[in-house]
Amino acid sequence: MEKCEACGTPHQAELLKAVIEQSKSTPGCLMHILQEAQGIYGFLPMSVQKTIAEGLGISLSEVYGVVTFYSQFSLKPKGKHRISVCLGTACYVKGSDKILSEIEKELGIACGECTKDGLFSIDSCRCVGACGLAPVMMIGDEVYGKLTPESVKDILEKYRREEHV
Amino acid sequence: MQAKMVNLKINNISVSVPEGSTILEAARKAHIEIPTLCYLKDVSCVGSCRMCLVEATGARGLVAACVYPVSEGMEVRTNTEKCRQSRKMTLELILSKHKKKCLSCERNHNCELQKLSLGYSVDEDRFKGEDFVLPIDTSTPYVVRDNDKCINCMRCVAACQKQSVNAIGPIGRGFHVHIGSAFDMPLSESVCVGCGQCIVACPVGALSENSTIEEVWKALSDPSKQVVFFTAPSVRATLGEAFDMPVGTNVEGKMVAAIRRLGPEHVFNMDVTADLTIMEEASELINRIKTGKPMPMFTSCCPAWIKFVEQRHPEMIPHLSSCKSPQQMFGALLKSYWCEKNGIDPKNLYVVSVIPCTAKKYECTREEMQDDVDAAITTRELARMIKTAGIKFTELPDEEFDNPFATATGGGTIFGATGGVMEAALRTAAHMLDGSFEVLDFFAVRGTNPIKEATYLVAGNTIRVAVASGLANAETIIRQIESGEKKYDFIEIMACPGGCVNGGGQPTLSDSVRNNVELKESRAKALYTSDTKNELRRSSDSPVMDVIYNDYLGFPNSHKAHEILHTHYHADKRI
Repeated sequence: MEKCEACGTPHQAELLKAVIEQSKSTPGCLMHILQEAQGIYGFLPMSVQKTIAEGLGISLSEVYGVVTFYSQFSLKPKGKHRISVCLGTACYVKGSDKILSEIEKELGIACGECTKDGLFSIDSCRCVGACGLAPVMMIGDEVYGKLTPESVKDILEKYRREEHV
Repeated sequence: MQAKMVNLKINNISVSVPEGSTILEAARKAHIEIPTLCYLKDVSCVGSCRMCLVEATGARGLVAACVYPVSEGMEVRTNTEKCRQSRKMTLELILSKHKKKCLSCERNHNCELQKLSLGYSVDEDRFKGEDFVLPIDTSTPYVVRDNDKCINCMRCVAACQKQSVNAIGPIGRGFHVHIGSAFDMPLSESVCVGCGQCIVACPVGALSENSTIEEVWKALSDPSKQVVFFTAPSVRATLGEAFDMPVGTNVEGKMVAAIRRLGPEHVFNMDVTADLTIMEEASELINRIKTGKPMPMFTSCCPAWIKFVEQRHPEMIPHLSSCKSPQQMFGALLKSYWCEKNGIDPKNLYVVSVIPCTAKKYECTREEMQDDVDAAITTRELARMIKTAGIKFTELPDEEFDNPFATATGGGTIFGATGGVMEAALRTAAHMLDGSFEVLDFFAVRGTNPIKEATYLVAGNTIRVAVASGLANAETIIRQIESGEKKYDFIEIMACPGGCVNGGGQPTLSDSVRNNVELKESRAKALYTSDTKNELRRSSDSPVMDVIYNDYLGFPNSHKAHEILHTHYHADKRI
């Protein structure tokens, strides 16, 4: 279990508080607040879920149940560069599972995790609407198509180099 | 206004039920049993397990009887080949990931899944589910959760929600869904208060009390230990159920006889310290009224309620009576007064309380009073011990409790039902304030309504009282007090709906019984009948109280009484 104290900046806390205040009287607001909170923090650690539970007067268990039900929510921090490998039908038949394994091997982490240096995190997704370019992945907002295990290494290297400039 | 009636046929039997009734309710009226798993009267009705699927005209495919409303002219069939095949498949799918350790399971022979599996001739190994082993949570002294036996029916979650505690919920999605606390933290770190309503809601063996039977057996066979048992008021009203006796049978005499045959030195009556609690609590109430201390005062006999206040409403701590619960008072009195009087070293006295409650298992481990009671066992655990010992319960003669803690008043006995503590306190407090006040029946605080209110005028004092059972109702009362909407002087709270008779440590009856009887009312009736028959009904009239106070404590709320019979609480805010 990740420790909840000292998580996030005072500015982030302000933003979260404002979101809760704005929405708390709307029935069914939990989903919206969780999405906003994930936008603010990048993920949903215990401290954030506690703040939301307290703000809405519901139990932490209820919040956690919703967070773990939807794959869009993450309990783990995300990297500066978020890699999202498409495992939709078209990409999958073009071997995107091998692309994903290659990235996992290259970064030494599993899908859903974040590298120790905080640079990359890997997730999978279902179809980004670029099936003509299959297999496809996204890094941040950038789309990379017609991937091969070799080309993936070069792409990752590009991001690493940028970091050292 | 009378509800509109709807006419339908179930298995060709005509039945007429109010509009809005479900097929399940209508079937009950036609004396037809439809199998259920996730449904539990008063607790859970979500239609998710698909066991109660039936054929109904006008519906596409099979429908869930527990949630499907009846309509005029509907024809329902509950036992067709299609229904049976569907239920069988459902059971086989549930069993594909169920830990089938039935031989050693506490619910063996009392398991809804087992009963249905036998009835539908399932092949328990037809499907092989993905093997994954979930950890067993033994972090609390009261509940053990074995999720590999869990069938995700959500009845425990519904029970916890109904208590407004919400300590547990479904975690994850799909095949990996399991029930637990937020972040899969141990239950001991959650907002759980230990009421045990989840256990009595569980249809299988996924939830049980953290049993201390083995320690009790060990003490009973240890020649250096003097073992004494005492039983809480409501245990006599429910223990018979574990031996197939009708709900609401008072088995006090057989219970005493059975415990005596387990081999302790003495079997005492906890109704005695219920009387003692009243002496202390009524005096505290009068003292608070006279000295202007924080009002209203809440009762403090229910340890789940105490934990609820400490964790959710620490601001209410000054309003809690400082009296220990009857269980803790008894333990403390035995380890002090009784030991001194009989020249026993308290270290050699092993005190076992038999309680309808799981929170009391936690209460006796609280550090403020952990030496008072050595083991607290539930009604269910006592029944198991009696069965293990080969005692034929129903054939036992009626025997009496041992002196000097045998005689109690009716006021002590009704402690086991919602409103009972209030009524007992009113009997004594009113008499303490006005010696000519002779009223003994306070009907307004009886019954199983979730919240009851009354106002009494005694010796120029207006006493406004409220009684709530079920923590959701306690929550309502606290909100009303905090907003200024309601003003009370004295409030009784019992965490379990209906009070201790419906406690988390009581026998788990089969669904076919529970869904058809008014459990809380029937069990409470046994206690009120005993109260009416008792010549002594006011706690302050008990001759045992005279002895205890004259011999040892002096007078109610004396320095010595405070030292032994009172306690304190601490804030432990949790989310």
